[in-house]
Amino acid sequence: MALWRDFGLHLRRAVTKASAGDVCLALPRRYVSHSTTPWRTGGVANASRWNTGAKKSLRPESPSWKETQRCFSITAQAAHGHITPPKPGEEINVTFIDKDGTKVELQVAEGDNLLDIAQANDLEMEGACGGSCACSTCHVIVEDPELFDKMEEPSDDENDMLDLAFGLTETSRLGCQVVMTKDLDGLVVRLPSMTRNLQASDFESK
Amino acid sequence: MLDRAFVRAQCTARVSRRSMLRTKAVSSYSGSHRLSSHAAQVNRPVRVAIVGSGPAGFYAAARLLSKQQDAMVDMYEKLPVPFGLARYGVAPDHPEVKNCEEKFTEVATSPRFNFIGNIDLGNDLPLAVLKPHYDAILFAYGASKDKELGIPGEKALRSVYSARSFVGWYNGLPEHRDLQPDLTSGEDVVIVGQGNVALDVARILLSDVEALRSTDITDYALEALSKSRIKRVRVVGRRGPLQASFTIKEIRELLQLPSVSFHPIPKDVFPPEDVVNGLPRAQKRLMQLLAKGSANDPQTATKSWSLDFLLSPDSLHWSPMHPYRLTHAKFSRNELDPADPYNPTSKVTPKYLSSGKRAMVNLPSSVFFRSVGYKSLPLPGLEDLGIEFDSHRGIIPNDGFGRVKSLSGSGESHKLPDGSLISHLPGLYCAGWVKRGPTGVIASTMTDAFTTADSLMKDLADHNGSGSLLRAPEQSSGLGWDGVKPEAARLGLRPTSWQDWQRIDAAERERGQRKGKVRDKFGRIEEMLEVIS
Repeated sequence: MALWRDFGLHLRRAVTKASAGDVCLALPRRYVSHSTTPWRTGGVANASRWNTGAKKSLRPESPSWKETQRCFSITAQAAHGHITPPKPGEEINVTFIDKDGTKVELQVAEGDNLLDIAQANDLEMEGACGGSCACSTCHVIVEDPELFDKMEEPSDDENDMLDLAFGLTETSRLGCQVVMTKDLDGLVVRLPSMTRNLQASDFESK
Repeated sequence: MLDRAFVRAQCTARVSRRSMLRTKAVSSYSGSHRLSSHAAQVNRPVRVAIVGSGPAGFYAAARLLSKQQDAMVDMYEKLPVPFGLARYGVAPDHPEVKNCEEKFTEVATSPRFNFIGNIDLGNDLPLAVLKPHYDAILFAYGASKDKELGIPGEKALRSVYSARSFVGWYNGLPEHRDLQPDLTSGEDVVIVGQGNVALDVARILLSDVEALRSTDITDYALEALSKSRIKRVRVVGRRGPLQASFTIKEIRELLQLPSVSFHPIPKDVFPPEDVVNGLPRAQKRLMQLLAKGSANDPQTATKSWSLDFLLSPDSLHWSPMHPYRLTHAKFSRNELDPADPYNPTSKVTPKYLSSGKRAMVNLPSSVFFRSVGYKSLPLPGLEDLGIEFDSHRGIIPNDGFGRVKSLSGSGESHKLPDGSLISHLPGLYCAGWVKRGPTGVIASTMTDAFTTADSLMKDLADHNGSGSLLRAPEQSSGLGWDGVKPEAARLGLRPTSWQDWQRIDAAERERGQRKGKVRDKFGRIEEMLEVIS
């Protein structure tokens, strides 16, 4: 199963990578994957938040072999429809570097936030509070300080949460608070490791 | 999809069990016994018991189920209902923090997940009953008690409460359903302790009751709060502002409460400005916020609060005329360590008067709360599994990665990434507050639970099956809950399933809807069970 999923992901990523000059392939992988099924228009914003890999992997799937096959070819079906597919010609490029250093290049629409984008694409980003700026689990690090400066200043509430984030940097943001705009085309963000690399000494009696 | 993979794995398991039998039939002389036991080992699901259904337990389960395709998780919970402190600890006016329950619900929809509520492990059902049926047991049962101050008067039956029980009371925890705190005997509240629980208590006491009505706060708490006469709340700490453990979000919320003013912190307890400017970002922002205070005008505000520093509780005092009326709390003054006053770990020293006596101060107090931290207790029967609970630190001894450590060295030797060796009790893990002590927010518990789950999976991959747990076929039946159930039935226990919780959940939401609330919690276990009977 992991194999299927990996394969699906590679397939979709390959689509984005091979995008140059081909209108059809230039569509983001989510868009391609959904082109075989009617577009799902989310539900209540809240209810559709949890669409991480976890949802995909934990939700019971239909046992029928037919469904299985279809599922394989459109892995992203599990991803919810609460991010908008970009209009042709208006794609904004964003790259996520996950904790293993793997780069995932995506083309997204204006107005979507990084948490929704990451979750819709099965990247390992939690959003414990459902994207309401009440935790620090969607912490991302902006690679280019210049692009960081182009972003709107984080609010006090966001900074309060960032203060609790593990591995805070000068260019840290909460994914749920970074809304994509044209100015942010080419944005590269790194996902900090979600498990701390603790040393035994961290747990000695204090 | 994982579940399909699991079905497939089971099919393979069935096939290979058959082939294994065949192997056995012919192998009595070929010496391939080790091989066949290895086959048994890899071809049945990994059964993991998680004790506790709070954030730590659920995040560990989430990680296990998504990364270990053949893992099956049975989650045991003392109450009939899940979610631990997400349900009973998070303040009702922080509904966004409870959004993590959506993820937990997602986890619970997995057919490889099994919720077993209403079973108090260690008391109702001995822990030893679990051991033969699991490959690993992960303790995530949190901190069920709170630390005491040890001062005269603390055990009084009226007007003196632990913040933990007060929080449990307004959140509908059955254990504290009948606390009935008296909020009408006077206007002054003293809370000892400056963590976020203390600030939650302060905020609930200072908030406009109308603002709480639509939350999931209990009806009886709303009623008591609407009659409250409390106007002044002091949140008292032993050390200075830099050493306090509250976080900035909770401070900002209190500073922004409508019609509530903040008594400015005296300048002399603050670090000087050049020290503040040199602090790490988080501490610097917190100090600046505290110095700025609240914009609310004390003249028009109806309630007020303050942070009082450098005070250690000494004793509680009642009115000589009315022996049931608490009048004040006595504190002794402290001084910051002159050698290192602005370090978050700085200690304080008692302050003495020129006469040589301790400097004391009385703070008016009609209601008194202690809020100096939670404490984990050993689950009865931990020792049967070889776990030596660390009562001093209130944790299960572990290697920091979630492996339960044997203090006496009776476990298996395990090498940590930094090269040091620990003695690990194979198959036993811990996560959350019972692992690292009662501190941190949900994000830190998540990280921590993921770390533990990763350790478990790594051990599973590395383990050769020689230990007592962790898929040693001769020692674990691999039956999980199916193996435990008959014993639970024999003891007359009535476990609740996830479907039971869904019915209780629906009933609570429906009750709430009628009152314009998110939910109206059942405050008693019997009420919960009535829904599903």
